[in-house]
Order: sequence, then structure tokens, then C-alpha cells
Amino acid sequence: MKKPKKKSDVVENVMTVRNVDVFYGSNHAVKDVSLDIRKNQITALIGPSGCGKSTLLRCLNRMNDNIEICKITGEVKYDGQDIYDKNVDVVALRARIGMVFQKPNPFPKSIYDNVAYGPRIHRLAENKQQLDDIVENSLKKAGLFAEVADRLADPGTGLSGGQQQRLCIARAIAVEPEVILMDEPCSALDPIATAVIEELMEDMRLNYSIVIVTHSMQQAARISQRTAFFHMGELVEQGATSKIFTLPKDERTKSYITGRIG
Amino acid sequence: MNDHIVSSFDDDLDKVESLVLEMGGLVEQQLVNATLALVNQDSKLAKQVVKGDARIDKLEGEVNVMTVQVLAIRQPFADDLRTVITTLKLASHLESIGNYAKNMARRTRAISKASAFSGSTGTLKRMSELVQQMVRETLDAYTHRDVELAELVRNRDEDVDQLLNSLFREMLTYMMEDPRHISGCMHILFIAKNIERMGDHITDMAEEILFLVNGKWPKDKRPKGDRTSTLIIEPGEDDEDDDAHFEDDES
Ligand SMILES: Nc1ncnc2c1ncn2[C@@H]1O[C@H](COP(=O)(O)OP(=O)(O)O)[C@@H](O)[C@H]1O
Ligand SMILES: [Mg+2]
Repeated sequence: MKKPKKKSDVVENVMTVRNVDVFYGSNHAVKDVSLDIRKNQITALIGPSGCGKSTLLRCLNRMNDNIEICKITGEVKYDGQDIYDKNVDVVALRARIGMVFQKPNPFPKSIYDNVAYGPRIHRLAENKQQLDDIVENSLKKAGLFAEVADRLADPGTGLSGGQQQRLCIARAIAVEPEVILMDEPCSALDPIATAVIEELMEDMRLNYSIVIVTHSMQQAARISQRTAFFHMGELVEQGATSKIFTLPKDERTKSYITGRIG
Repeated sequence: MNDHIVSSFDDDLDKVESLVLEMGGLVEQQLVNATLALVNQDSKLAKQVVKGDARIDKLEGEVNVMTVQVLAIRQPFADDLRTVITTLKLASHLESIGNYAKNMARRTRAISKASAFSGSTGTLKRMSELVQQMVRETLDAYTHRDVELAELVRNRDEDVDQLLNSLFREMLTYMMEDPRHISGCMHILFIAKNIERMGDHITDMAEEILFLVNGKWPKDKRPKGDRTSTLIIEPGEDDEDDDAHFEDDES
């Protein structure tokens, strides 16, 4: 008889992408991509500019719905369900699969209201005390609470870049997502603020599954467990980060990560 | 492989690589000269070898500094990372081989007193030539990332070990015949052991080149032929018959 697998051996996919193609008009931006998003892991999407990383990331919570000319075929499943099914409530979906953007984009409101925004819409709190708790916990999980505890009423836009980005992470966390998508979340930050976010992501992984688009290969190597390399809309290679950065299989991956002329 | 977009990265890698190749060339020459000095009892050449080792040490120092700089500044990945790490290790092995050659040269004078065993210097010469060839081939394998050649070198080490084994038996017989032979025989054995150690270093280098190219360490254990650590000959025993004493203590 086979030995039963240990719990830690079982790979659980929180999302699966199967044969996804994305077109912007006649521009074939993502070509037949299949990808697994592992639970409680950080998956990094890397590749040259314009290779379709952001496009694919936006497919994962239907952010492309808002783009008129964008056509998507294939299948994206979350929790076993096709997220493009017509019965899916997109607002609820985006609460489960949150997003953090390249440029920190806090609302022109107080720090408190930035975080409370989602929970209010989704009616996650029954009273003021519960909402306060959600705001405090979310700020704590985003590693920001200690820095802003005494000025929750100040505008979020008054924070430093790194703090603003952590505020956006707190805002995403506040609606209790399971997956967090991040599109180059550190590209506007200095190295110290970047390191703070990276350290935060390492902690966040315990509670969330993260997909990050990054143009920094060093960052992908430092923080992710899995890496997917894209090139001209194709997913060229995906696998354990330790493998991709030491022994990539495909010549295109090798050229890219070693900084060679492909 | 294609060039790097940042061309100064290629220049850096070329520089460390050429330093290692320069070291390799020097090490080979040192071994050639140490062997010549020994065979011809040329104490002037022996002195030159002892002095010459400093140049190899200096080059190793340069490789160390260079590779740390490349790691810090370029943060290489994949093949580039293995190139830097392997180069660092190859330099360290070459430095050790250089030390053995120096050691060999130092014993030249002592050997002259052991001229009774002139046949044995022939064996030492053959061992040394084998090792010289291994050094050359290893550097070739490194330059051309030649896996087959590296594999060949890796298996050639056995021949060096065989020569050491037979020399060991021969020396034991001489020593048993007459205790006055002991001192000379011991020097010859130490030199032989030095050469055998060089072979071990070169074998490690060959494996590192396999790692550099394949990204994986060779799985199979290489044959190990140095059995002198367990070889015992009792006085009067027929020394063709002592296979029972051989035990492989792979380390
Ligand atoms: N909103 C959009 N409308 C039209 N074309 C787009 C849009 N977003 C991206 N594209 C195109 O899709 C391709 C992939 O872009 P993107 O996903 O942003 O790449 P990456 O994030 O890897 O830099 C590019 O050719 C880009 O011009
Ligand atoms: Mg992008």
C-alpha cells in the first residue's frame, strides 16, 4: 500500500488558468496560457515589457472586463468555479481576489476611510466597533498600524510612497480576500520601502496566495516560490523559483534571467 | 551562448576566466619543471619552482577578489552564477596543486641520496606526466565547456592511483630489504603521494566543470584506486597475494 501523503506534500491550487487567450482588438496579447496558482505561495510573473504579464494578472479577477476591446477565451477557475461564468458576481469576486497596483492609489480620503471602504460596501461590520477592529487588523497585517495609529483621520495621500502602498495592501486585506494580485507593487518605491513590502509579503503568504508581476528578477528570486516566465504573450516556462533561476530549461528564459541578448 | 546586454559583464567574466587559465598554465609548467628537476637532479630548477609558486598564489588572490566583485555587482543567475562559483573553486584547486608541485621541488635534494632507486623516479615521472595531461585536458574542458573531456579526465585519475599502488609496494620491499633505504624510499613515497593528491584535485575540478555545464553534480561515484591506506605487506609474504588486505575506504 502507498504511504498516505503528508499534508505539506499536497499541492493545492487556489486558481487554475487553462488555455487562456487575450486579444486587444487584433493584438494577440496572451497566447494559450495555462498556469496554476498555488495556495499560500507567492507566484511571480516575469518577462520583458509588453509580454502580457499585466494582462494575464488582470484576467485573474476580471479587471479586463472594463476594457472595451479586450476579448478573453479559455478558462480561469477559482475555488473550482469558472470566474467568467455569467452568474459570477464580479464585485464579490474582486473582494476574494484583491489587487494592488504599481502606483499606490489611495482614495483622497482619510487613512481610516481608505481601509473601511471595502468592508462598508460588502457590509462586513455590524457596528462601529467591528469596523474599527477590521481597520486596525488590516493595518496591522499590512505592517502599517504602528506608523499611523495616532493619525487615522489624516489623508491617506499624505503618507510616504511605501506607506501608501501598504495602505493599499491594507485596503485589499480588509475585505478578507484569499488571493492578492500585485502588479509591480514596488516599482515606485525606494529599496528600503521595497524591502519592507517584501518582508510583509513573506508574512502575508501564511494567510493569502499571492501573484506578483515584477520586472525585478532579483525580487522574483527573493520572494517567490514559483516563477512563470512570459515572452511575447507566451508562457515559456513555469516552475519552482529555485529551479528557474539556477537551471532554466528554455533558452529564452536563460537569456532573459542572465541579461543576455535573446 | 549570446553576449550580455551589459557588455562589461562579459568583460568581467572573460577576465576571471583568463586569470584561471593563466593559473592553470603556470601550474602545469611548475609540475613539468619540478619533475625535470627531480629526474635530472637540477637543484637550480628546483629552487626556481619553489620561488615560482608565489605567482600562482597571487593570481588566486586576484580571482578571489574579482569573483566577489562580480557576485556583488552583477548578481548573476543560472549559468553565469555557476561560472563564477566554479571559477572560484577551480582557482582554489589550482593553488593546491601548485603547492604540491612546490613541495615536490623541495624534496629534490633528498632524492639524490636515494639514487639507488632510480627506477622509481621513472614511475614518478610517468605519474607526473599523467597529471600534466589531466591538467591540460581539464583546462581545455573548462574553456570549451566540454563535458565529454571532463568525464574522460575524471576517469583517468585511476591510472595515477594504480601507479602509486605499485610504487608503494616496490618501496616497501626495498625498505624491508635494508633499513638504510627507508629515508630515501619515504621521500619518494611522499612525492608520489603529492602527485596522487594533484590527481584528486584535478578530478574534483573535472566534476566542477560537469556541474558548470550540466547544472547537476555527477551522481555516480568515481572509481578510487589509491589503496595504500590499507595495504599491508608482512615480511616474507608473497606480495602478489595480498589482495585480501585491500579495502576501499571511500571518503
Ligand atoms: N488596455 C489596453 N488596451 C490595448 N492594448 C493593451 C492594453 N493593455 C495592454 N495592451 C497591450 O497588450 C500587450 C501586453 O501588455 P501588458 O499586459 O501590459 O504587458 P506587460 O505587463 O508584460 O508589460 C501589449 O502589446 C500592450 O500594448
Ligand atoms: Mg505590466
